Amino acid sequence: MIQVIDLHKSFNGQKVLDGINLTIPTGEITVVIGKSGVGKSVLLKHIIGLLKPDRGQVLVDGVDISTLRGKKLQEFKKHFAVLFQGGALFDSLNVFENIAFPLREKTRLPEAEIASRVRLRLEQMHLSADVESKFPDELSGGMKKRVALARAMIQEPEIIFFDEPVTGLDPPMSNTVFHLINETHRASGYTAMVVAHDIPEVFQIADHVAMLHKGRIVAHGSPEEIQNHTDPVVQSFIKGEVDFLEG
Amino acid sequence: MIDFIRSVGSRSLDIVREAGGMVLFLLEGLALALVPPFRPRRVLQEIQLIGVKSMLIILLTAAFTGMVLALQGYYTLRKYGSEGALGSAVALSLIREMGPVLTGIMVSARAGSAVTAEIGIMRITEQLDALDTMAVNPMQYVVMPKLIAGLIAVPLLTAIFDVMGILGGYLIGVVLLGVSSGSYFSGMVQSVVPLDINGGIVKSLVFGLTIILVACFKGYYTEHGAEGVSRATNQTVVLSAVLVLAWDYVLTSFFM
Repeated sequence: MIQVIDLHKSFNGQKVLDGINLTIPTGEITVVIGKSGVGKSVLLKHIIGLLKPDRGQVLVDGVDISTLRGKKLQEFKKHFAVLFQGGALFDSLNVFENIAFPLREKTRLPEAEIASRVRLRLEQMHLSADVESKFPDELSGGMKKRVALARAMIQEPEIIFFDEPVTGLDPPMSNTVFHLINETHRASGYTAMVVAHDIPEVFQIADHVAMLHKGRIVAHGSPEEIQNHTDPVVQSFIKGEVDFLEG
Repeated sequence: MIDFIRSVGSRSLDIVREAGGMVLFLLEGLALALVPPFRPRRVLQEIQLIGVKSMLIILLTAAFTGMVLALQGYYTLRKYGSEGALGSAVALSLIREMGPVLTGIMVSARAGSAVTAEIGIMRITEQLDALDTMAVNPMQYVVMPKLIAGLIAVPLLTAIFDVMGILGGYLIGVVLLGVSSGSYFSGMVQSVVPLDINGGIVKSLVFGLTIILVACFKGYYTEHGAEGVSRATNQTVVLSAVLVLAWDYVLTSFFM
């Protein structure tokens, strides 16, 4: 279980996270929604150890990861994977090498075993074998996301973080990616935190939804509870209402 | 007036802060070379990118530098009837100064800018963050091999520059202008001493490390998207060229 307790963060005097309290249950998909620029990715980066809070705690199975350093932090990172917004595939490596990268770096598996696992993941992502030798700049947006998901899953992590997994994709490809997240989650049972603003499509994968607004969690519940929430801020976001006064 | 003083002070603090940051960055990068994994394949890849791919520009620059040195040197020495010293003049100029400095500037323009752009793009596309989240130290995977490659490749390129420059000088001085081949090389052998060669090697080591350090640092801390990468690349070329010249003065005064 992941718990965020009273998390505060400012950048150059501007408060971005103002006392976040959030629980991400084990084995379920929690989606964090909110307007663009509200701090969803900043929250995610605190949980994966890329940022340190000004105040507060991030507990993963009871361990405060915001205080971890060096080898202990590296050890923690072995238990999770991240699907970054743009995929973050390594430009100088082809698809096969990108997916194989975590296994080659972190395990002593023979190359034949690595190749077998990579091809299994490619199949799972409905990518053909001829994609293996392509480089990231030769892939479409949807293919990049699927390769990135294959790389995230290759070490069978306990937790996967998705940073806006379908941003920039067309509706059919977005549905494909959400379907793959559902499929892999059902097969592996990993804990997932998804940062997104794609309403209502993202609700199809969510077990829980939390909404971030002005640095705080203003709503938390099932997709149905969020969609029927009485808070006008939540309703305004869900309905996609324009607000020129918001920064 | 107050605003001017304030901006000078602020800029000075930024420069000192950046210089300190670079030193810490260098120490971390070099320290990581002493702990496994040592990544020899990555180092070889970087030697290929920084060294081998700079070869053509180094050969061209060296050839023309040697040719110009011979041309200028011949007509100056002829006034004193000392054309026979052309070989010494060309060799000493190249080995002590022109070789290390021009190699440094060419490598900074070609490889330094490429390194900054590569790492800067990795930064803005979150590839460095991806490495971090996979428990792979991005400093160790990306930066350390480049620093080691710079230390290896730049002195080798400098040596190649010196040889090519001497050959370029030979082409003009001996073949075109009629200086005796024997006096060209014997003068060189008599006047070039180990201190000259050692000084050139030390300069090339310092220049190589400086150029790649600046390139890696600027790329690693790039911000603000594509514009940030462009700005960082520009800063790398300018700053590393200036530092090469500054280090050249310091090291020359040390060796003289």
